Amino acid sequence: MHQSQVTGQVHSIETFGLVDGPGVRSVIFLQGCPMRCQYCHNPETWSHHGGATWSAQVLFDRVYRFHNYWRNNGGITVSGGEPLLQIDFVTELFRLAKAKGVHTALDTSGILYTKKEPFYSKFQELMKVTDLVLLDLKEIVPERHKVLTGFRNEPILAMARKLSDLGIDMWIRHVLVPGHTDDPDGLREMDEFIQSLKTVRRVEILPYHTLGQPQWERMGVPYPLDGVPSPTKEEVQKAEELLHTDRYTNF
Amino acid sequence: MINFEQWNGFEGRIWKEEVNVRDFIQKNYRPYDGDHTFLADPTEATNLLWGALQKLQKQERANGGVLDMDTSVVSTLTSHGAGYIDEELKELEKVVGLQTDKPLKRAFMPFGGIRMAAEACRSNGFEPSSDLEKIFTDYARTHNQAVFDAYTPEMKLARKSKIITGLPDAYGRGRIVGDYRRIALYGIDYLLEEKLNDFNNCGDGTMTDDVIRQREELAKQMNALKGMKEMAKIYGYDISKPASNAREAVQWLYFGYLAAIKTQNGAAMSVGRISTFLDIYIQRDLDNGTLTESEAQELIDHLVMKLRMVKFARISSYNQLFSGDPVWATLEMGGIGIDGRSMVTKTDYRFLHTLENMGPAPEPNLTVLYSSALPENFKRYSADISIRTSSVQYENDDVMKPVWGDDYSICCCVSATQTGKEMQFFGARANLAKCLLYAINGGVDEKSGAQVGPAYMPITSEYLDYNEVIKKYDVMMDWLSGLYVNILNLIQYMHDKYYYEASQMSLIDTDVRRTFATGIAGFSHVVDSLSAIKYAKVKTIRDEKGLVIDYAIEGDFPRYGNDDDRADEIAMWLLKTFLGKLKKRHTYRNSEPTTSILTITSNVVYGKATGAMPDGRKAGAPLAPGANPSYGAEQSGLLASLNSVAKLPYHWALDGISNTQTINPGALGHSEMERISNLVQVLDGYFDQGAHHLNVNVFGVEKLLDAMEHPEKEEYANFTIRVSGYAVKFIDLTREQQLDVISRTCHSGL
Repeated sequence: MHQSQVTGQVHSIETFGLVDGPGVRSVIFLQGCPMRCQYCHNPETWSHHGGATWSAQVLFDRVYRFHNYWRNNGGITVSGGEPLLQIDFVTELFRLAKAKGVHTALDTSGILYTKKEPFYSKFQELMKVTDLVLLDLKEIVPERHKVLTGFRNEPILAMARKLSDLGIDMWIRHVLVPGHTDDPDGLREMDEFIQSLKTVRRVEILPYHTLGQPQWERMGVPYPLDGVPSPTKEEVQKAEELLHTDRYTNF
Repeated sequence: MINFEQWNGFEGRIWKEEVNVRDFIQKNYRPYDGDHTFLADPTEATNLLWGALQKLQKQERANGGVLDMDTSVVSTLTSHGAGYIDEELKELEKVVGLQTDKPLKRAFMPFGGIRMAAEACRSNGFEPSSDLEKIFTDYARTHNQAVFDAYTPEMKLARKSKIITGLPDAYGRGRIVGDYRRIALYGIDYLLEEKLNDFNNCGDGTMTDDVIRQREELAKQMNALKGMKEMAKIYGYDISKPASNAREAVQWLYFGYLAAIKTQNGAAMSVGRISTFLDIYIQRDLDNGTLTESEAQELIDHLVMKLRMVKFARISSYNQLFSGDPVWATLEMGGIGIDGRSMVTKTDYRFLHTLENMGPAPEPNLTVLYSSALPENFKRYSADISIRTSSVQYENDDVMKPVWGDDYSICCCVSATQTGKEMQFFGARANLAKCLLYAINGGVDEKSGAQVGPAYMPITSEYLDYNEVIKKYDVMMDWLSGLYVNILNLIQYMHDKYYYEASQMSLIDTDVRRTFATGIAGFSHVVDSLSAIKYAKVKTIRDEKGLVIDYAIEGDFPRYGNDDDRADEIAMWLLKTFLGKLKKRHTYRNSEPTTSILTITSNVVYGKATGAMPDGRKAGAPLAPGANPSYGAEQSGLLASLNSVAKLPYHWALDGISNTQTINPGALGHSEMERISNLVQVLDGYFDQGAHHLNVNVFGVEKLLDAMEHPEKEEYANFTIRVSGYAVKFIDLTREQQLDVISRTCHSGL
């Protein structure tokens, strides 16, 4: 099989992505995710089945139609779901992109990271064609991370260190949920961890919003954060101060 | 070569040998590629006057939309004494002149049609003079009367069934932009001399219809020029000679525009491309030390304040078509000259800055003539103003310049016209969505059951066959385009005869080029319907008489608005086919037929009159506005939608392809700088593909919902949004139109 015949399960494509990486981007949402984050805004991507089957080449041709809008400030972002579930597909897509000089960003939870083979080699191959990783640090304390997402966070932290060692640029993002992910001590600890990384270009607080709730309802799954409000401007500002987001300006 | 002392310091020759404002501009303007930090805040006078005007606007709204009306004086150039925003503040007005003797008082304009003029009064609680009603009914003919005398029964039926609608048969056709700059540059006397020269050289002495008509029109134009001088005198100005400084240039120019809006109530009364021209005068005064930046901004603010006050008396059915009291006082900024120099000047910034100094407003209809080659600073400033005010529209200079040169104006919402060299015969639009239903039902109207179109064989099968539908649609469009062009021929003939635009035409070359501007409504629904028939299965649902009144779709089909060539190729076919049918018809006064895909807010009214469509659109639901994809059709985000619209070649729709998009501020980027950069990139990417027009709104649905429920909140008093082809205060829309705006896709990303 020709490499670009590699196929993947794609949930949807957003051609107008302006907040998932630098500039104007086409964001490709892949199907399938092992995590069950309580605030997930896209639970329809959980299932490993469904979505549409695309070959890497056809998908790239599709999004490359928007390169007029990317110029030198934009490109493609692969998100999910958890894109590393389909690592062969993502790698092939990014290879095609880099061949055309397109900026590539990977929006991952990092939960699948392991030094075990064959993942580890594949991951390093992928990183050769990845310009930027958008990494969610959802919670620094492993036990609390498990409550929030169903998993402990050791693989995520290990991946962050690996990216730092590989010299891959990172944007660290933290979804701020009042009463759940805004504990000051936790944020301080997270700040320490971030500061230990060498390639962080940006740290962003993403205020929790309830726009995903209708999807939960459509799927008939009880929404764990029902009634939890979005953080106030002041709460966001406080978290930004704790994570020193203003120190990162080189993005 | 003539010379005036008022021209001291100006360069160039040709513009001194003939009336040639473009040459004057090219020889004298100073491009500016710096940033916006030189701009000045409003002066105290501006704040006081704007405060007074806002009070009046509030009263106007409290009164139900009209503050005051004239009921006994027919509006002419000299019918009214001087009027000011506020008698006590009149010394502060740097630019003077109102349509009547009082601010926001609407003039009585019967020449388009006395019934409408009277009805406009009555529906707003005013009683028109019975003498005037009698005179214009019994003794003097109006445009409206003449048109209806000449209409055929078929024309009346098509009009009534709303397959052709929005026709200018009861009000001014508008869309004629006088070159108001000429008065500032040359003064009235020289313009009169030139027109007299044309008059003396009109024809070879043989009195053909054409020559007689031309002579009469020139006589009217010369009278108008003399009238303008008298009008200016009422305000204490002598405009017979050129303007000698920036303040006079702004004032002289505005008097030209005032003459137009005192004598014509056209749907669109554009100001034109004046920023680069005025900048030359302002720059000369700044260089001389006779003007400060603050004074320069004050001149522009006061001019814009006047343009925010333009009002016409309208009837309710007109307001349903064109909601929110628009006048399309369209005014352009930016653009690139034929020689490659940017035409952006500091005054282009000053006009945009009025939206900061006096807050957002729907008028004037501020239009940036866009090119990715414009100075980055100017692109960023425009984007910034768009994000903060949603009051700016963008049109692609790169596609318009090859057709219209580098001195065109926008004469309506989006249509270009060469300033001072051209006029348009405005002709509303044909409902191609309804035409498709006529093709299926053999010319029988799906709403009324009446035989409106020709009684061709209807489709009798249960499932629609693409080839059969196309064949029938083609001949039905043939019928519609023929009828449409002939209705317009008749209207334009009568308008020339009974409601001639003497003031505007006196500021346009005698040897004028004419375009014949038709339009298309229901574009996206036809495209999606044909796509559904081609790629899915569409079943007809009939009433007891066998008339198809609804459709059931089985399966998926590609929709226009997703950058899917299967649907977008149908869109291109539709536009090209309709244009071809128009072009083969005879058009009045050898005008050049063009077409547009723009609907203003009339998409709601047109939709009401249109039955269910094979794309799943329900009967009576609003049509998508302009060239916008249908509601809910866009499944791949904004850029896919933009790419679909960008595929339509501008030269197939020289009258304009209007696209309106709303972006959620949060989705445009996390920081202000990112939002600006991202919007500039979107504009660059869209227009570099040859797209024509984009209205940019930046706000969330929540704000619209709140404004609809709480119009009394102070923050919404001037909340302006872009709708198809113009800007409007959201709270001035009908509730129906507000709901329509809310239901449109708001691009928020994921």
